[in-house]
Amino acid sequence: MKQTKRLISLGLALTLSAGAAFAQVESEDPIKLTLHDWTGQLITTNIMAAVLEEAGYNVELVQADYLAQFSGIESGDLHVAMELWATTAADAMNASIATGNTVSFGETGMQAKEEWWYPIYMKEKCPGLPDWKALNACAEMFSTAETAPKGRYLGGPVTWGGYDEERIASLGLEYEVIHAGTDAAMFAELAAAYERQDPILMWIYSPHWAPIKYPGEWIEFPAYSAECYTDPAVGENPAAAYDCGKPTGPIYKAGWVGLEGKWPGAAKAIKAFTMTNEQMGEMVGKGDVDGIPLEDVVDEWMTNNEAVWKTWIE
Amino acid sequence: MSRTRALLWPVLFGVSLVLAFVSQHLPPWLLTPPQAMMIDLAGTTSAAMKWLVEDATFGMFTVKEATRAIATLIEVPYEAARILLVDGITEGKGRRASTIIPPISWIAVTAAMVALGIYARNLKLGLLIGALFLYLAVFGQWESAMVTLASILIAVPIGVVGGLALGILAFLSPTFSRVLSPILDLMQTVPTFAYLVPILFLFGFGPVAALIATVIYAMPPMVRITTLALRQVPPELQEFGRMVGCTPGQQMRKVLLPTALPDLMVGVNQVIMLSLNMVIIASMIGAGGLGFDVLNALRSLKIGDGIEAGLAITALALALDQLSQALAARSHVGAPVQGSWIKRHPKTVAVLVLIVVTGLAGLVLPWVQTYPREAMLSTRSFWSDLVTYVNVNYFDQIEAFKDAILINLLLPVKRFLLALPWPWVLALLTLAAWQVGRGRLAGLCLALGLFIVVTGLWEQAVTTVYLCGISVVIAALIGVPLGIWAAASNTAGKVIGAFIDMLQTLPSFVYLIPVIMLFRVGDFAAMIAVVLYALAPAVRYTAHGLRSVQSELIEAGIVCGCTRWQVLTRVRLPMALPDILLGVNQTIMLALSMLVITALVGTRDLGQEVYAALATADVGRGVMAGLAVAAIAIIADRLIAGATARAKARLGLSGE
Repeated sequence: MKQTKRLISLGLALTLSAGAAFAQVESEDPIKLTLHDWTGQLITTNIMAAVLEEAGYNVELVQADYLAQFSGIESGDLHVAMELWATTAADAMNASIATGNTVSFGETGMQAKEEWWYPIYMKEKCPGLPDWKALNACAEMFSTAETAPKGRYLGGPVTWGGYDEERIASLGLEYEVIHAGTDAAMFAELAAAYERQDPILMWIYSPHWAPIKYPGEWIEFPAYSAECYTDPAVGENPAAAYDCGKPTGPIYKAGWVGLEGKWPGAAKAIKAFTMTNEQMGEMVGKGDVDGIPLEDVVDEWMTNNEAVWKTWIE
Repeated sequence: MSRTRALLWPVLFGVSLVLAFVSQHLPPWLLTPPQAMMIDLAGTTSAAMKWLVEDATFGMFTVKEATRAIATLIEVPYEAARILLVDGITEGKGRRASTIIPPISWIAVTAAMVALGIYARNLKLGLLIGALFLYLAVFGQWESAMVTLASILIAVPIGVVGGLALGILAFLSPTFSRVLSPILDLMQTVPTFAYLVPILFLFGFGPVAALIATVIYAMPPMVRITTLALRQVPPELQEFGRMVGCTPGQQMRKVLLPTALPDLMVGVNQVIMLSLNMVIIASMIGAGGLGFDVLNALRSLKIGDGIEAGLAITALALALDQLSQALAARSHVGAPVQGSWIKRHPKTVAVLVLIVVTGLAGLVLPWVQTYPREAMLSTRSFWSDLVTYVNVNYFDQIEAFKDAILINLLLPVKRFLLALPWPWVLALLTLAAWQVGRGRLAGLCLALGLFIVVTGLWEQAVTTVYLCGISVVIAALIGVPLGIWAAASNTAGKVIGAFIDMLQTLPSFVYLIPVIMLFRVGDFAAMIAVVLYALAPAVRYTAHGLRSVQSELIEAGIVCGCTRWQVLTRVRLPMALPDILLGVNQTIMLALSMLVITALVGTRDLGQEVYAALATADVGRGVMAGLAVAAIAIIADRLIAGATARAKARLGLSGE
């Protein structure tokens, strides 16, 4: 009985969607959106996909490496990348845009933050945090056999940049950078340290599930400015650059240059897409901390924000 | 004369220690090769790749068009396999596609595998394979496992047919064989990550590119085994073929290939196992399936999920391995059954009927089509609780153990190697090569060493040698005794065999994350991962070598009054030395192939260089670092092969 009902509704849906598709959509070819390996990006992309489907487009989600995807976008194999962080992908994105085969679809509205970070229980053990000047007094506590007597700072993969070696030198910090190879390795260490309530000082970015699941704080470095990175005279240490914190930056959308010609309506919707850090943080928390399946998180957003996304596809 | 020879290496080692000690006072160009020596091979390669992708043509069409056409060609059977196993026939495109005819149900697929098992050997094998597939369904891995199976079903035939064709060509033409041999060396030693980027450029993003990378990785053993098997066909049989008037084509099809069939099936088995090894890496460029589940689970630290998906890969590998081995050993027994096609193929008919019946029944009863969610089991929380328990309760002991090894072994060796001047290292390498294989080998090793110098990868290469070297020594120290034990008792042999089989098929990424949780990011965690992965050949070859020592020799030892211990140390181990060396050689190769995985932990070696190049889509940089890894592998391989040949000659095992 249930099955027959399903078949009927399926048939109905088919005729409807076929009719709708022919009425609105410029091309029936699937638009390919790329998926990466962090929850926030999966949510952003799935929401965009759901919205495009509401507008009648066919969508395909493709697993692709964060930076390697640009070669696919340039050749038109892939069409849309929904989260390109100014902090990690800016160079690759600008290089890709310079080829003329990739275009920016503007900002997502979310702001990326990345900085040195410690779990909240370290605040008691190391009074004076979050001020960076307190770090040297606690270097011993953060050290391991490999780095002793210096403190150990767990950095991101080498390719992600971040100028931490330079920062340590210019601010005179008694620390050594140990680079993790992947973000999985980095957060594996955090999870283990948190279980034991052991000292750990590491690099974290947001929006991400880790700072939601594990309460903690950012180290407060002297505020970032573009000059601080380029001009030694600016900042804490008059003789060296990089003597300040890390920049924050927008998260961009970008994609294949031909998208606008082939699916003008979709291009408009993608450009219109915006989301705030708070909205994203809440959804990421639901997925990674509460264990709600991502489809349900996306469905809930779609139902609650119908008025918002309807304007994107008008 | 022999005394000076015996003293040569200890003296050289002493000189090395002194050099390392005073290295701070040496001119810097001795430690780091000077910029002037570097040749921008990476830039040239990148430029060549760009030309190949954008401008190169075959006249009528471009290279890229040709490779894309090949991709489309491969996509057709892949899509068909997916329709059968995963998607069914659907209406509409993209994500909204809805199913019209469902894929083959889990019951029918499992039944088909059981039938294949019975056909290949007996009911026992059928039931084993059935149980493994049932595991996939019960633990909720079915859909991903079928995606993986679909790509294996396409990659393996391409690898087998391609390998067979190349192998036959190499057998027929010695010139082709000479050209092919170094290419095969490269295919086996260049880390996969190094050629992923060029493949992405040429074949586009998605499952097809992943399939092609899989084939490149899995094909070389098939080529080698084919050539070897054809060469081993007894000359009398070939004569016979010629006498009865076979054309060259008939000779190949009716005489040579059938005779070589059992060996060829060993090659097929290798292709299957290597294809499954690639599952994780392939999923990084869009293959999906179980590899993607493992990566995804571990990236969000769901250790239990990761282990379950990893074990599903092991189950799939085990099932396909057993099946292909049974097919290889299958003897044609019994008279052919007479009668109609249906009568002659009862199992095929039963499976076909089951496919249709379960397909129809699935429309009414969903559990027939898809294994019900409510009946699924999971061990997820057990695994993550286990890691947490060890982490919370035993971390201090683990940390103390780790620090002891780190401070007393890893760090001193690393500092020592990095402090050696590169011309000295090259000189030692050349000398060793000359001792083992005279002028030719010395020339080859010197050339490969210089290649590493001019690409500017010296420091990373030394770090690689340090990490792999220590791991191989430890793997051998653990593996050889395990192998001796496995050879001594049948029960131990079986248990140890099963254990190392699992270590080899379980994706290393699965145990990498718990290892990091317990040992932190750093060289030690990387070393543990390499040792675990590279252990297997040391165990296997040792056991094999000890078992195949001629019984007359052992009896002679016993007659002379040797104790059991003396038989082992004076007779069996020396006689098994060539096999053990071969095992060590394979251990080195596996250790080097683990580099890309240890790069994920955060080492600073050639693996990291390759991985970083993948992340930045820098073709030239990746290819150069990959070739540097291959250079190290080839040097190690040739030196050990030379040493093995000399050991064999000394023991009178070869014709010399």
